[in-house]
Amino acid sequence: MNFTRNTKDTVIKSLTGMSVILILFITISMLAVIFVGGWKSVTWEFLSEFPKEGMTKGGIFPAIVGTALMTLIMTVAAVPFGAITAIYLAEYASDKSVMARSIRFAVKTLAVVPSIIFGLFGLGFFIKFVGVNMDNFLFNGDLHWGQPNILWASLTMALLTLPIVIVSVEESIHTVPREVREASLALGATKWQTIRKVVLPGSITGILTGTILAISRGAGEVAPILFTGAAYYLAELPQAPTSQFMSLGYHIYIMSTQSTNVDETLPIQFATTLVLLLLTFSLSMIAVTLRYRIRKKAR
Amino acid sequence: MKDIKVNVKELSIFYGDNQALKKITMDISDKKVTAFIGPSGCGKSTFLRTLNRMNDLIDNVRVEGEVLIDDVNIYQKNIDVVNLRKKVGMIFQKSNPFAKSIYENIAYGPKINGINDKNKLDEIVETSLKQAAIWDEVKDRLNNSALDLSGGQQQRICIARTLAVNPDIILMDEPASALDPISTAKIEELIHELKKFYTIIIVTHNMQQAARTSDVTAFFYLGELIEMDKTRSIFTNPSKKQTEDYISGRFG
Repeated sequence: MNFTRNTKDTVIKSLTGMSVILILFITISMLAVIFVGGWKSVTWEFLSEFPKEGMTKGGIFPAIVGTALMTLIMTVAAVPFGAITAIYLAEYASDKSVMARSIRFAVKTLAVVPSIIFGLFGLGFFIKFVGVNMDNFLFNGDLHWGQPNILWASLTMALLTLPIVIVSVEESIHTVPREVREASLALGATKWQTIRKVVLPGSITGILTGTILAISRGAGEVAPILFTGAAYYLAELPQAPTSQFMSLGYHIYIMSTQSTNVDETLPIQFATTLVLLLLTFSLSMIAVTLRYRIRKKAR
Repeated sequence: MKDIKVNVKELSIFYGDNQALKKITMDISDKKVTAFIGPSGCGKSTFLRTLNRMNDLIDNVRVEGEVLIDDVNIYQKNIDVVNLRKKVGMIFQKSNPFAKSIYENIAYGPKINGINDKNKLDEIVETSLKQAAIWDEVKDRLNNSALDLSGGQQQRICIARTLAVNPDIILMDEPASALDPISTAKIEELIHELKKFYTIIIVTHNMQQAARTSDVTAFFYLGELIEMDKTRSIFTNPSKKQTEDYISGRFG
C-alpha cells in the first residue's frame, strides 16, 4: 500500500519535472536555432537596405518600416476606441445590464476568433464593402480604396488587438481605489471630471501596458494582413493610406515558401525572424515590467 | 429656525428589501458639532452618506422621507447633486488623498469649479492648509506627493482639500479611527476650531471622542434613532436604557 503510494508520487513528480524540462528545451532550442542562424546576418546594411537581386540579397528596411507604420496606424485606431469601451464597461455600465453583458461577450469572442478570420473579415468588410463603396461614390468606380492597402490592413489588425486593449485598460481602471473616486465626487466633481482627472491618470500604466501588448501582438501577426494590404515586394516605401506595404512576418512567410531560391535566402530568413522576435520580445518585456508595477501599486 | 441647518423628516433608506434606516427625524444645528454614535451596522454611516447623497453611487438604494438643508429638500427631483456636494463636504474614514502633489490635492476642488487663476489658487491652497493646521508642516514641500505624508497628515490634507471648496457643512465618517492618539488629538483640536465656521457632523465609534468633540450626540441602534440630546446630557444622564447600556459599554 505504502509502496504503491510512494511509487505514484515519484511517477507524478518525474512527469511534472520532465514536462518542465521539455518546455524549457523547446524554448531554448527554438531561440538558439534562430539566434545562431541569424545573428551574423543582422548588420546595419541588412536593417537599412531594400531587398536586392530577386530578394536573395540586401536587407529588410521596407518590411521594418511597413511593420512600424502598420502598428502605428493600428495603435491610433485600437487604443482610443478600446480605452473608451473599457471606460464604459468599468465606470458607466452596470454589471447586470444587457448592454454591458453583450459587450463583454463580444470582447471575449473577439479574443478567441482565429486571426485568419479577421483577415477574411477585413477583406470582406473594409475592402469589398467600405472601399468599393467609397470608390463608387467618390471616384465613379475607379479603383482607389477597393483594394488591399496599409490602412485597411491596420484597421483589420486593430480589430484583432482591440480585446487586449479593452481588457488591460479595464483591469487597470479597477485598480483605482473606490475611496479616491469618492473623494473626488464629494468635492463636487462630476463623474466625467472624476474619470478624466483622477481615474485615468491613476490607470495610465495600464493603458500603456495594453498599448504595448497590442503592438507586440500586431507586429507579429500575419494572417489578418494577408488579404488586406501586405505585399510580396515593393520598390518603394508606402506613400499614402492607399499604398500596400511590406511586413516582417509576411516577409518571413514568403521568403520561406515563395522564394526563387530558398537555400540561398536562408540567412535572410533567420535574420528577419530574429529581428521580429527581438522586436516583439522587447515590447512584451516592457509590458510585463509595467504590469508588475501596477500590480505592486494595487496591493 | 435660523440656527437649524439640516432638518430630517421621516427618512428611511432601503438597500433592496433590507431597511437600513427607519423613519429618522432630527434637526441639526448650524455651527455646532453633532456626533452620531452606535454599534457597527446601526445605520449611522448610511445616514451620514445620505446628507451629501453619496448613497446615490450604490445600486438598489431607495430613499423615503425628506432631508432639508437650508430649507431645501436635497432629494427633490431638480437638485444638482454636484452643487450639493460642494456645499456638503465629506471626510472619509480612510484618508484618501489623490496621487498628486500636496498643492494639486488642495487645488483640485477649486480647479474643477473653474478657478484657474494661479494667484487665487495659491491663496486658496495656503488658507485651506492653514485652516487645517498643517501649513507649517508642508509649506516647504507643496510639490511633493501627498502620499508621502503620514496617515495623520494625509487626513488633515483631506480636510484642507474639503475646506478649499468652501462648504457649509462637513461630514466626517470616523475621521480618526485609523490614526494614532497624537494624530487623533490634532484632528479633534481641528474640529474644535472649525466649528466656528462650519456645521460639523461626525460619525464615531469612539465614545470619548464624541464626548470630547461634540455639542450634540445622537445614538443609533438597528437603524433607528434612539436618542438625541446635548452631549453632556447623553453621557451623564441618558433618558433611554439602551443608550445607557451602550455608553457604559454593556454592549456594542
